Amino acid sequence: MKIHEYQAKEILRRYGVPVQPGKVATTPDEAEAIAREFGVPVVIKAQVYVGGRGKAGGIQFGDTPEQARAAAAKVLGMDIKGLTVQKVLVVPKLEIAQEYYIGIIMDRASQAPVVMVSAAGGIDIEEVAAKTPEKIIRRVLDVRWGLLPEQARGMLAEAGVPHTVVAKGGAILAQLAQAFIAADATLAEINPLALTPDGQVLAADAKILIDDNALYRQKEFAAWAEPEEANPLEYEAKAAGLTYVKLDGNVGIIGNGAGLVMTTLDMVARAGGQPANFLDIGGGAKAEVMKKALLFVAKDPQVQGILVNIFGGITRGEEVAQGIIMAQAELPPGMPIVARLSGNGEVEGRAMLANAGLMWGADMRDASQKIVAAIKEREQH
Amino acid sequence: MSILFDATSRVIVQGITGREGSNHTPNMIKSGTNVVGGVTPGKGGTTFAGVPVFDTVAEAMQQTGANVSCIFVPPPGAADAIMEAAEARMPLTICITEGIPVNDMARAAAFLKEHPTRLIGPNCPGLATPGAGKVGIIPYQILTEGDIGFVSRSGTLAYEVAALLTAAGLGQSSCIGIGGDPIIGTTFIDVLRLFEADPATKAVVMCGEIGGSDEEDAAAYVPQMSKPVIGFISGRTAPPGKRMGHAGAIVSGNTGTAAGKVAALEAAKVPVADTIFDIPGLVKQALGR
Repeated sequence: MKIHEYQAKEILRRYGVPVQPGKVATTPDEAEAIAREFGVPVVIKAQVYVGGRGKAGGIQFGDTPEQARAAAAKVLGMDIKGLTVQKVLVVPKLEIAQEYYIGIIMDRASQAPVVMVSAAGGIDIEEVAAKTPEKIIRRVLDVRWGLLPEQARGMLAEAGVPHTVVAKGGAILAQLAQAFIAADATLAEINPLALTPDGQVLAADAKILIDDNALYRQKEFAAWAEPEEANPLEYEAKAAGLTYVKLDGNVGIIGNGAGLVMTTLDMVARAGGQPANFLDIGGGAKAEVMKKALLFVAKDPQVQGILVNIFGGITRGEEVAQGIIMAQAELPPGMPIVARLSGNGEVEGRAMLANAGLMWGADMRDASQKIVAAIKEREQH
Repeated sequence: MSILFDATSRVIVQGITGREGSNHTPNMIKSGTNVVGGVTPGKGGTTFAGVPVFDTVAEAMQQTGANVSCIFVPPPGAADAIMEAAEARMPLTICITEGIPVNDMARAAAFLKEHPTRLIGPNCPGLATPGAGKVGIIPYQILTEGDIGFVSRSGTLAYEVAALLTAAGLGQSSCIGIGGDPIIGTTFIDVLRLFEADPATKAVVMCGEIGGSDEEDAAAYVPQMSKPVIGFISGRTAPPGKRMGHAGAIVSGNTGTAAGKVAALEAAKVPVADTIFDIPGLVKQALGR
């Protein structure tokens, strides 16, 4: 789960990381008041769930409270990569002498989080990693121990930062690791970690991702999820317990199991169609779940037809067919649906569909071709 | 013959009386698996599906001589169940549970490095050896005995491909789903090594998907193998940055793309099927059948 910069900083603050003071504004008036409270000049930073906000104009400066107000007015409501800015973080402008990178990311290959430190901060760390990997100091984190302060200092010393940053930054890095583990993060980074001319070391920007699988025990963070900023259908799906990803095409896809659904998307693309979504209904789905999934996919106005691909390990064909038949009355009239059923109850399920005048495919390829053809035919009429 | 699991294996089910465990244990028994017991803390002394239930894995091993455990424990306790199996020095544990927090898995993975236990999964369908039974949730009736080793990251896709192999007369030595999570106990390369060493396996089918670099790592090992490997990569049309259900199936930057994986496999002379329907043909070609 993504969270905003101000929320990431709030988490870090709880673990002792020195963070720039600042407050969130949702209106230009509030931004002006915050500028007066903290003193100018200030920076107005868009709070959106995507990177590259600076390049998109989502970071503005205010030398006076009035300018802060104007800057906030400009940034609030701004569209950044398809997301509308609803909030800005207002912080006093920071004098920065030097910028560093510290971050922790869950790494498959290590089967553990990896801690990374670079003396070159404030920039695209992935680019540094790709071009000059030797400039990044890495260490696998044993989550049972956390990162010992001496290990954190050692990493910073190895990265070649000034003595004061080894000491102060080392403490911050150990705190970052504490926060990473306690908050069930999959990514936690401070970029830049700023050294000020007067020798302070603090987090000027922060990013944290929370593990979706851990939200059941991270209730506070779970409550931070914002419907208006994610794709509205994806947000609604999550609330309904469906694994749904919105895509750009017009063929709605429903299947069971992530790998099978992905393969179905590939098969539809191969048949000349464009998948509109990914929807995994999981194992053992009953008719009610099938119906709910169909009605959900049909909510996407781009969807012109729906392919149902169920491999019946536990899921029964009759249940799937029953769900499709039950959904008919509530689906947009004439919406083509092709179901591919296999395994338990496939013969019975196909017979039920045929009796109801609905289409079925013999296998995933046949079903993909049938739904793409049905949509094309409908478009021509 | 087979890898990891055969007719002599003695299986206990961790979480045997829970929703998933109680649902799947009878199916495992029906497939011929020698289920010798179960574990549910607090239910020790009772029986379920005709086998004794114990409070701890250590007790269950002592009483039954189990050498494989299958975990159906819900996410909050699943990593603990893995570590319990490792603590008891269970040789093989297979974790079916989906949705385990990744930090818990990082903890379990570190713990496993200090113990002799092999973990398969989590978030996987388990494994099956036709003729001997299954550990997990693979629909056993779609399999048939044969000499093809089959390994897949995903569950239902594995069933789909296994059914195609069976329909084409290509029986399986063992079928294994390694799981779709970011942290898993056994990777493709581990399974390729096992199949390479198994005299009953003549060729290997490997179904990967986008995300991570396990397929690329496995491709680098293939040239050292004496047996042909046939590949397939799912998620070719998935857009970058979108998480496709499997926590592992996310493409970030240039790593983990379908194109990159296909290229790595082809560089290792692994025929990569365009669609799953092409897999049986490529297997027959490789074996000259």
